[in-house]
Amino acid sequence: MPFEVFLNQTASGLLTGLVYGLSALGLSVIFGVVRIVNFAHGEMMVVAMYIALLLFQWLGLEPLLAVVPVAAILFLVGYGLQAGIINRLIDVPDTMQFLLLAAVGIVLTAGCMVIFGPDARNVTLPYSYDSVEVGALLIDKPRLLAGAAALIISALLFLFFRFTRTGKQIRACADNIAGARVVGLNVKRLYAISFGIGSMCIGAAGSIILMLVDVHPYLAGQYTLLAFVIVIVGGMGSHAGALLGGVLIGVSEALAGLLLQPSLKTVFSYAILILVLLFRPQGLLGRRA
Amino acid sequence: MSVLEVETLSKRFRGLQAVKSVSFAVPEHAIVALIGPNGAGKTTIFNLIAGVFPLDEGSIRLDGRPIHGLPPDKVCRAGIARTFQLVRPFAGLTVEDNAVIGALRAAPDVAAARAVAHEVLGRIGLLDRRNQRAASLTLPDRKRLEVARALATRPRLLLLDEVMAGLRPTETDQMVAFFRAINRELGITILLIEHVMRAVMALAQHVIVLNHGEKICEGTPESVVRDPAVLACYLGEEAV
Amino acid sequence: MNRLLATASPRALAALAGLFVVLLVAPAFLSGYLIAVMIVILSLAYVGQAWNIMLGFAGQLSIGHALYFGLGAYIAAAGYVKFGLSPWIGLIGGVVAAAIAGAFIGALGFRFRIGGVYFALLTIAFAECTRILFDHIAWLGGSAGLFLPVASRDTNDLWTLRGAPVMFYYVWLVLTAGLFVLCRALLASRLGFYWLAIREDEEAARAVGIDSFRYKMFAVMLSAALTSVAGVIHAFYFNNLFPETTFSVGRSIELLLGPIIGGVGTLFGPILGAFVLTSLSESMTVLAEHIQLGSKAVDGIKQVFYGLIVILIVLFQRRGLWPWLSRLLGFGR
Repeated sequence: MPFEVFLNQTASGLLTGLVYGLSALGLSVIFGVVRIVNFAHGEMMVVAMYIALLLFQWLGLEPLLAVVPVAAILFLVGYGLQAGIINRLIDVPDTMQFLLLAAVGIVLTAGCMVIFGPDARNVTLPYSYDSVEVGALLIDKPRLLAGAAALIISALLFLFFRFTRTGKQIRACADNIAGARVVGLNVKRLYAISFGIGSMCIGAAGSIILMLVDVHPYLAGQYTLLAFVIVIVGGMGSHAGALLGGVLIGVSEALAGLLLQPSLKTVFSYAILILVLLFRPQGLLGRRA
Repeated sequence: MSVLEVETLSKRFRGLQAVKSVSFAVPEHAIVALIGPNGAGKTTIFNLIAGVFPLDEGSIRLDGRPIHGLPPDKVCRAGIARTFQLVRPFAGLTVEDNAVIGALRAAPDVAAARAVAHEVLGRIGLLDRRNQRAASLTLPDRKRLEVARALATRPRLLLLDEVMAGLRPTETDQMVAFFRAINRELGITILLIEHVMRAVMALAQHVIVLNHGEKICEGTPESVVRDPAVLACYLGEEAV
Repeated sequence: MNRLLATASPRALAALAGLFVVLLVAPAFLSGYLIAVMIVILSLAYVGQAWNIMLGFAGQLSIGHALYFGLGAYIAAAGYVKFGLSPWIGLIGGVVAAAIAGAFIGALGFRFRIGGVYFALLTIAFAECTRILFDHIAWLGGSAGLFLPVASRDTNDLWTLRGAPVMFYYVWLVLTAGLFVLCRALLASRLGFYWLAIREDEEAARAVGIDSFRYKMFAVMLSAALTSVAGVIHAFYFNNLFPETTFSVGRSIELLLGPIIGGVGTLFGPILGAFVLTSLSESMTVLAEHIQLGSKAVDGIKQVFYGLIVILIVLFQRRGLWPWLSRLLGFGR
């Protein structure tokens, strides 16, 4: 196999991986702060994709620009979900939280099925089939833009957590909840904001990924599992880990698709999940619980 | 004849040498107390005996047979029952069920286990509350329940970890009377960790004192309490 | 909660015995459609009880039980289609395969101390991998499916499980009742006490001499083996199998809805849950057909409904409907 093909595929995987990483970042933020595993992750992403689709169909807004409204909508959804429902479940065993969110996911997927039907839809942009030459590599323009957008948003998020007041307060909650309460932080509100931010990441990632794939209601399951694999590989609660994990999984998926059969690339990701759960459950950059 | 023989037991946790070359023996039918300031390594020794952690050096023998390296359930099946410093009864189950589960260790079937359970609960005074959920008991009663459960396993050696903590003097005296009775009537050997000196003086025939992971003294309660090294570790050097 | 329900009061048992008699004679009075609905209820009640053993007794949440279901289904079906073996022979193969798979996953989870959500993810990963793998096994039909030859529905042959729905009704009734009796016997036995202890506090359980690994493994293997039996009957009832639907996460979730709604860890929960879920969902389907929605939309609405029920249960009746119902009816304490 020519080396260029291999290199191109790796680059392609890396860019897709950045988008995966952004979505996984959403999962990680939620878990790191609220300590809830959002099993409705993929479903929320699919909802975001459909919203972006609608914006494209009604307003001609391309997905890259739709990121802003979609992310905003998902922020509100996440905030509402946390403040309204999930807050009641903070002290409840894992399995119940898990089931609740899985049920939310089922409702969302079925809702999409009823509203949009089972057929795959996609978005065709003027530059959908363009390629860009970057050195020796030939990369799809949409993929390049997608990866870049994901990277920029992740960077903005990093700056938010590092330098803004709310960001620091959220990090305090993630670090030591009792301490946060003691210094007077409004923990309930910060939880809701965190869930909102996590959902916002999912929204942004969903809108961006619409540039690369077709959307249909049953895509959700695969994205939920993918995000989990990434977060577990990178380390639950670690933001850098989510991006790193995303890139790793993106690249390995791309290469597995190239070297093995494309339909087996998911098996490859699952195999990585099983191995990581067994041998390094805290992930590459995570802290040992 | 010793029921328990501990030789040159050592255990390190990362940077901290929790137990340093401790040796002692617990004679059959005896009641031995392990005392010392907080952090002296007492509970660690219990956890080593009970198989919760592996030891670094040394040996632990029960009736001459080595038991170090065995997991907790095997240690219990070998004949050692323990209670926990922070009480852990089966909270969602009834008092009776707690005792039955312990009794199943030695009983051939559920009916026999239930009989044993009732006997033990009767001894310790919880029989009338046998259908109450463990979680709804008071702290002293939960402690009693844990002791009952441990006793129901028909142990050779009973390890009691600060079982008197948080009890009022009258309750302490009741517990002391109970342990004296089972020691006398059932011949159960007891090794206990205690801070409540009232109980140690009343119960123990032999006392071992630990400080910073090392054994610094052992003997009868009266002699130990007057030993300068022991006084120094509790009250400070200047006080002696 | 647990022990009280295991030794269910005489009133509850009498009511159950009465229900069993009713179910025995019911087919004489029910239409073909209702018999089919009862088959769904009974099969869900059976499989829910089987799943319940793993969470309710061993304390591990599995969202990958479709794996065992599928193994039973495919092995028995392949045995019949390729070698002419009776499903009851094939069942043995399915049970063994499922028990081994369960043992493998359980051991991985326990030895590496993976619990809670992480373990659930592990179970999903294994089920999904198996699904994709079976898509590629051409000998078993791959993604196009495996089909069993349907003779006629007039003659009932129990040995090859060829026959009218009524035959399957009785098979499921016997299985469900049998499993109930088995679970009750287990809970009252030494094993039951050990399982309860492990579920309450595994370390304390070990401190009283319980080999928790061994008993958890047994619960996992039993749960897997029993689930595979459901797969066998399912394969011979529907006469077609696709990896897509047999091993899917959707199937796994369907298996556990009954116990969740009825009450995890209780004896009656899975049965009650299966009944409530199916009757409500069928009523909805009938309603939807009256309003003449498309079948795809009906499916979607059913799912929305399932999801909403779980949400309501988790928020308002976390322990399931059975504890509440039994108090209402004066059964339990």
